Amino acid sequence: MNDAPPKPPTRAEIMVFAACQEVRDGDSVFVGVGLPNLAVQLALRLHAPRCHLIYESGVFGARPVRLPISIGDPCLVSGAAQVLPMAETFLYFLQGGRTDLGFLGAAQIDRYGNLNTTVVGRDYDRPRVRLPGAGGAPDIALNARRTVVIARQDRRKFVEQLDFRTTVGWAEGGTSREEMGAPGGGPTRVITDLGVYGFAEETREMTLASVHPGVTPDQVREATGWDLKVTSPLGTTPVPDEAMLRLLREELDPDRIYLKG
Amino acid sequence: MREAVSRFVRDGDTVVLEGFTHLIPFAAGHEIIRQARRELTLVRLTPDLLMDQMVAAGTARKLVFGWLGNPGVGSLHAIRRAVERGYPAPLEIEEYSHFGLLCRYKAAASGLPFFPLRGYRGTDLPSANPNLKQVTCPFTGETLDAVSALHPDVAIVNAQRADAGGNTQIWGLVGAQREAAFAARRVIVVVEEVVPEDVVRADPNRTQIPSVAVDAVVEEPWSAHPSFAQGYYDRDNAAYVAWDRVTRDPAELERYLDEWVHGLPDRAAYRARLGDETLGRLRPGQRLAGPVDYGDYR
Repeated sequence: MNDAPPKPPTRAEIMVFAACQEVRDGDSVFVGVGLPNLAVQLALRLHAPRCHLIYESGVFGARPVRLPISIGDPCLVSGAAQVLPMAETFLYFLQGGRTDLGFLGAAQIDRYGNLNTTVVGRDYDRPRVRLPGAGGAPDIALNARRTVVIARQDRRKFVEQLDFRTTVGWAEGGTSREEMGAPGGGPTRVITDLGVYGFAEETREMTLASVHPGVTPDQVREATGWDLKVTSPLGTTPVPDEAMLRLLREELDPDRIYLKG
Repeated sequence: MREAVSRFVRDGDTVVLEGFTHLIPFAAGHEIIRQARRELTLVRLTPDLLMDQMVAAGTARKLVFGWLGNPGVGSLHAIRRAVERGYPAPLEIEEYSHFGLLCRYKAAASGLPFFPLRGYRGTDLPSANPNLKQVTCPFTGETLDAVSALHPDVAIVNAQRADAGGNTQIWGLVGAQREAAFAARRVIVVVEEVVPEDVVRADPNRTQIPSVAVDAVVEEPWSAHPSFAQGYYDRDNAAYVAWDRVTRDPAELERYLDEWVHGLPDRAAYRARLGDETLGRLRPGQRLAGPVDYGDYR
């Protein structure tokens, strides 16, 4: 055991902590690939011991004893409350309205939280970069009561106009999502390596709520492809304390699978 | 395996290979490559390493999918080269969400022409795939999305065990194996173990696919490596990470196929080449389910 104070939190650790705080105790949470895996493990250990982890691979109530390296890791099955066919996971947990919170990632995001994971470049048939595609994202975004997007931020990702809309957020803003008949609640947060965002009540436009320690609003504007709205007064993102950092570094992700960078 | 592929997989077929992250039919896919099938329409929820290999080996004309990637690692560069640059040959693609493709299996398995869902509203996916259509609910008037039934010529699915007649049991992630099998005209089941029929009958709730839906049972231990078989072996993550380097370079990929597919006669040789150390490293500890009492009703 090392008694020296831990090194200050990295950006990845701040993102994980911010994502973890979006989980409420008792939530049924659709966990996506990457950082959310770690965020929900932290939430289970801190303030949300009764949250239920759902994986689109067909697992409800996962209690992994090691850190899962994908959404289909065998450790998600051992000790879970239920395993079901994938079709039923989508039919009953998402379309059936039993998901409180969903985590999503994206290659591109616009000011209304719409996401692109399909192609970079405007020509679908000859894309500049072929991305993975939809997977479970459109259904998570459509049906979950709250969705949280986690992404690294730069001008190529935070764009004025998506090359392709794979997944709907607040659509064109305002009431357009409701008018479309989307059953779920829409995106509530975006968490990046620079800051945390909410969405304005009326316009549904993404608004910077806090910056991580050491990040300036100008840096964030620089990394955003549209004229970014900023909350006033602008907050600073809370950071994990020493005990939480030890938990993250020594117990939850000792091999730094998700905490690298 | 040689006989099953040679009898049931034909050039030009629509072939579903299922097992979601778990129980991926690598051994069957490699045999299809060895037997040089061509012009296949490959269907899979998540084309991963296996589809990258099958596309690189020239078996495919078209790929139908929901999510395309090396899960937890990165991109499938052979498929990307084909889609982005038509190299070495163009690859037609038809994409869905996972849910959409699952609904296509479900419609076919249930004898329905289509399946309704909410899933594509507000997205550009219908503009990329004319097979995503809409229907009006005759009861509520709501506009719903609809996908058509997908009847594959062949479904190849992996499982832990089956009896010789084809009653197939899976535990852990059951993915879309059952839907794919019921949807297909011909079905090959590849299992870690063939077990006596009374083993299956002692635990009928675990049976995912019944004998009447199965045309061939192939016993092939480690047939899903480098993916995993719950209770038998773990995912070989080192192989997934290594693939990222292999797939970036067409020459390197060619060498991989020569060494691990064309250069080996069968899965037994593949296992031998992996070696005892790798196999031993991937075997999990034990975590038994408790027995349940089905009752004896005489």
